[in-house]
Amino acid sequence: MTIAIGEARERVDAIAKVTGAATYSAEHQLDDVAFAVLVLSTVARGRIARIDDADARAVPGTLAVITHRNAPVLNGEITGRPGLDKHLLLLADDRIQFDRQPVAIVVAADLETAREAAALVRVEYASEPPIASVDDPRASWFFPKQTAHMEPPEIVRGDAASARAAAAVVVSATYTTPLENHNPIEPHASIAAWDGDRLTIYDATQGVFEERRKIAGVFGLPEDDVRIISPYVGGAFGNKGSVWYHQVFAAAAARIVDRPVKLVLDRDQMFAITGHRPHTRQTITFGADGDGTVTSFEHDVLATTSMFDVFTESAGEYTAMAYAFPNVIIRHRLVRTNFGTPTFMRAPGEATGTYALETALDELAEAVGIDPIALRLRNYAESDPNKEKPFSTKYLRECYARGAERFGWGARSRAPRSMRDGRELIGYGMAGGAYPAQIFDAAASVSMETDGRVTVRSGTQEIGQGTYTAIEQIAASELAIDPARVRLELGDTRYPRAMNSGGSTTIASVGSAVALACRDLARQLGGRSRPERRLSATATFTTPDDREGYSCYSFAAQFAEVGVDPDLRTVRVRRMFGVFDVGRVINARLAHSQFVGAMTMGIGMALFERTIVDPRTARIMNANLADYLLPTNADIGQIDAEALGIRDDIVNPIGTKPVGEIGICGAAAAVANAVYHATGRRIRDLPIGPRVLG
Amino acid sequence: MIVEDPRSARTAERITLRVNGTDRTLDVDARVTLLDALRERLALTGSKKGCDHGQCGACTVLLDGRRVLSCLTLAVAAEGAEILTVEGLAREGELHPVQRAFVACDALQCGYCTPGQIMSAIGCIAEGRTGDDAEIAEAMSGNLCRCGAYPMIREAIARAAG
Amino acid sequence: MQPVSYRRVRAVDEAVRAGSAPGSAFYAGGTTLVDLMKLDVMMPASLIDITHLPLAAIEETNRGLRIGALARMSDVARDARVVERFPAVAEALERSASGQLRNMATIGGNVLQRTRCAYFRDAATPCNKRRPGSGCGAREGINEDHAILGTSEACIAVHASDFAVTLAAFDAIVHTTSANGERAIPSAAFFHRPEATPDRETALEPGDLIVAIELPRSRAAARSTYVKVRDRTSYAFALASCAAGVERAPDGTLADVRVALGGVATVPWRAHAAEAVLRGARPNAETFAAAARAEFAQARPTTQNAYKIELGMRTMVRALETVTA
Repeated sequence: MTIAIGEARERVDAIAKVTGAATYSAEHQLDDVAFAVLVLSTVARGRIARIDDADARAVPGTLAVITHRNAPVLNGEITGRPGLDKHLLLLADDRIQFDRQPVAIVVAADLETAREAAALVRVEYASEPPIASVDDPRASWFFPKQTAHMEPPEIVRGDAASARAAAAVVVSATYTTPLENHNPIEPHASIAAWDGDRLTIYDATQGVFEERRKIAGVFGLPEDDVRIISPYVGGAFGNKGSVWYHQVFAAAAARIVDRPVKLVLDRDQMFAITGHRPHTRQTITFGADGDGTVTSFEHDVLATTSMFDVFTESAGEYTAMAYAFPNVIIRHRLVRTNFGTPTFMRAPGEATGTYALETALDELAEAVGIDPIALRLRNYAESDPNKEKPFSTKYLRECYARGAERFGWGARSRAPRSMRDGRELIGYGMAGGAYPAQIFDAAASVSMETDGRVTVRSGTQEIGQGTYTAIEQIAASELAIDPARVRLELGDTRYPRAMNSGGSTTIASVGSAVALACRDLARQLGGRSRPERRLSATATFTTPDDREGYSCYSFAAQFAEVGVDPDLRTVRVRRMFGVFDVGRVINARLAHSQFVGAMTMGIGMALFERTIVDPRTARIMNANLADYLLPTNADIGQIDAEALGIRDDIVNPIGTKPVGEIGICGAAAAVANAVYHATGRRIRDLPIGPRVLG
Repeated sequence: MIVEDPRSARTAERITLRVNGTDRTLDVDARVTLLDALRERLALTGSKKGCDHGQCGACTVLLDGRRVLSCLTLAVAAEGAEILTVEGLAREGELHPVQRAFVACDALQCGYCTPGQIMSAIGCIAEGRTGDDAEIAEAMSGNLCRCGAYPMIREAIARAAG
Repeated sequence: MQPVSYRRVRAVDEAVRAGSAPGSAFYAGGTTLVDLMKLDVMMPASLIDITHLPLAAIEETNRGLRIGALARMSDVARDARVVERFPAVAEALERSASGQLRNMATIGGNVLQRTRCAYFRDAATPCNKRRPGSGCGAREGINEDHAILGTSEACIAVHASDFAVTLAAFDAIVHTTSANGERAIPSAAFFHRPEATPDRETALEPGDLIVAIELPRSRAAARSTYVKVRDRTSYAFALASCAAGVERAPDGTLADVRVALGGVATVPWRAHAAEAVLRGARPNAETFAAAARAEFAQARPTTQNAYKIELGMRTMVRALETVTA
């Protein structure tokens, strides 16, 4: 009885989640827990002139107030993957470098006391005018050493300037995306507990092993003395993949008060100290023939980073590979600002790069008078023009065709403002997208008991993408057994090492390791259905050598229909459809949910989301969920998605390409292009809405 | 249960909350929200804290049969009311129809907003706001889902509403 | 949140006595109070829980409808008499907040809700409303959501209530009681513009308890609507909104017109200049546009909120089109 991979099996953790039984980080029950609350700076640049914590200390039940005057010395230099080193400003001195920088930790016996005392910590600042904009005269740009995926900051092919000079058609425009915040519904929360010199942290994290390594580094501990536990994560989208302030401060506080300490961030705190997608300003210039064949492509990406860390929102990585542009110059430049350090946010670089390029292509299509899909086909890249390798698989043409057919693209009349439904202006827009298939090393163990029960273990994470379900399905399929016999345990550094659940790598990496371990176990079973004694196998999966000669990407074609009220200028996405080339689909239901969820995030990106900063103070002024607008249920009309399901035999042993982030790639551009088609107004600064369409 | 003197306002008072049909006694001061009483004092962590300011809906519970936000309700003010949380829905291992529909329609991903969505859905159905897809969408817009499970949530509610 | 005491009262006179203590605040739905107490923006010393007072009834009076102050927004929105005789009121309530908030929040509390201005809500920034004399953070900072009507040097914060816009349109009366007796305060006198004292938002004195809001019936109220323009489809405050009601004369002209604006003013804004243009005129596109222009001629925008002029005018026109269709 074999359960096929691809079956839309119900999520195995669904019952735990609908009954409230699933335990998220702040919910683990420990004895004698104390509560920590952070005090954050109210200026973005300057120095702490004075801290008066006498009233805070006087509140009955306050256990400790930790400031730069009495904080333990901690190592705030966090080494990450190449180019991703980070500094945490761990109360080491009086310098303030971003709005809402931590300045004190207050610990108390209960939450209300901790909050009361935190409000009584009085801080005076000698503040300086902060850098809050890329246009600040003090802000000078620089090249990062490399992009997020270790490309050089400048990517050059051929001679773009000459080709542009000779081009029949030149189209150039500048597009901006604002600061954005991930805003998972679960706030970041850690419970830290010491047992002698051994530290356990219950956390909400995308990477228990990376967190263990980094926490060990901060506290100067052997990694074996640190354990991270994270069975369920209430959404992440990139901002739970790092060690930030709350984990460190929970652990530091726990050591000082000699009790376990729970630290749950407030929503407004999350905006500043758990990362964000930085602002980008992107200028794209095409030189093209009269038929739309692009001969020259220039893309300048200017993005923000913090005063003390480099993070590169690498929008040009997508534009370097997406189309067969022969002469190319792509530059990534950064400006230091008094914002916190940015981080990966769903499809980092791809989300912003697809927005700019896929909107620019829409403008080029109009300039030369051809259909947007036809333009993309005319510039189709049969192989990766940047890496100069063939794609392992690429079915983007099929995505365009299937999408156009299902969406009804043929009904689109080309001129803007040419379609209506009653009073409403209707627009159809489309866009393409791609997302790289990365592999992170992963290890997994599989064991089978004499009664046939199978336990899979891996130090990986469930952030909502369906790890529990998909991995159990893979194991069951490999062992040709009912998935009900398989149980995955994850989210604990006691299990085999796996990397972060980020970059849409979990199923591919952990799934491949699990598949390999299962194949070993199956060999040991030798055809029997149950073993005579407990059997186990362990496997590690790393990037396969035979993939080196290929470029591996998922691809997307996105189609959106918007309705715009011609007078009130409100924009609604009435319909959206995406077709995705993601290789083999492990579970159609999980994949569909990921696509729809990411497309929803793309609608938010296009129409609603921006983090608003007061330019005089660099203070975030909408650090809450009423003023930072996430899409509501009523904003999401009919969204549907389809995966082509054609397996890729090169990318990894289970034939899957990334699913979790491809859904946002091109989504914002499809919506923005639809708004243009509806209104004839081209807005190049996200988000687009009645304030700017008026 | 009168506390006149603000200086003693920090003092915990003993109150009784009727949660999921059971009387629970606990000591709270006036500032403790119903959400924090559930999560931190009663170990009922099914109701979730998402924003603590009534902006996300993750803390939704039923109070005397009506869907409300427990993060903006003071625990002392909830004394005397019937409080129903997600933990009180399943009967003898049988899921509530809304819970079953959420599972069947994959109306969740990370699951953190899910208890609030379910409690809100039960309230929404009781309010008679499930006539069509658009009405459900509007009536459920007080529950944010960052994972973007909205179409499946609406499908589940339509299914459960029958 | 700073420490606060709590008591529950069961009779109106008990509430009034308790409310006369300095630093006391009435706790009803809690949706404004608990929210702002968590931000240390409102810091009462004692809470008086009035939710058990018998003040939730909706009753007919000889003037119209008297809605008890403790009636929940959701109950008022669904009341058949409100829906039939004051449709703009029902629509405004339905387009406010979320289902959960409407179940919690009361009519009395709704008109007392505080502004959403980010500087008011952020205790670390200057705000003359929250802390008189500290300055206005919005004027020199972020003010794209702020008022273009009824502003002063001291304050440009928008009044956030949709329901209150309909009270302004239909000349509602706010009934209060206190140790000094009862008052019946017309809506126009109830909401105070900021002028030099943005911290004084209403005609209430400390200890006053709103007991009911009365909606006088009129033909214009019975033929009314509420149009609300938001960034997102639901669960958001107004960029601009309009309550409009009309009564047509036998010759088709407008015998009575009520227009009030939200999302654009420091108080619920009765559009007198627009009404003056509309009264006695034929309802058509030209008249509506002229009325809107007349009202917004007095708008004083900042560089960031100037879009509200055009959007506000169009919202008014849409509301008038809707009720005259």
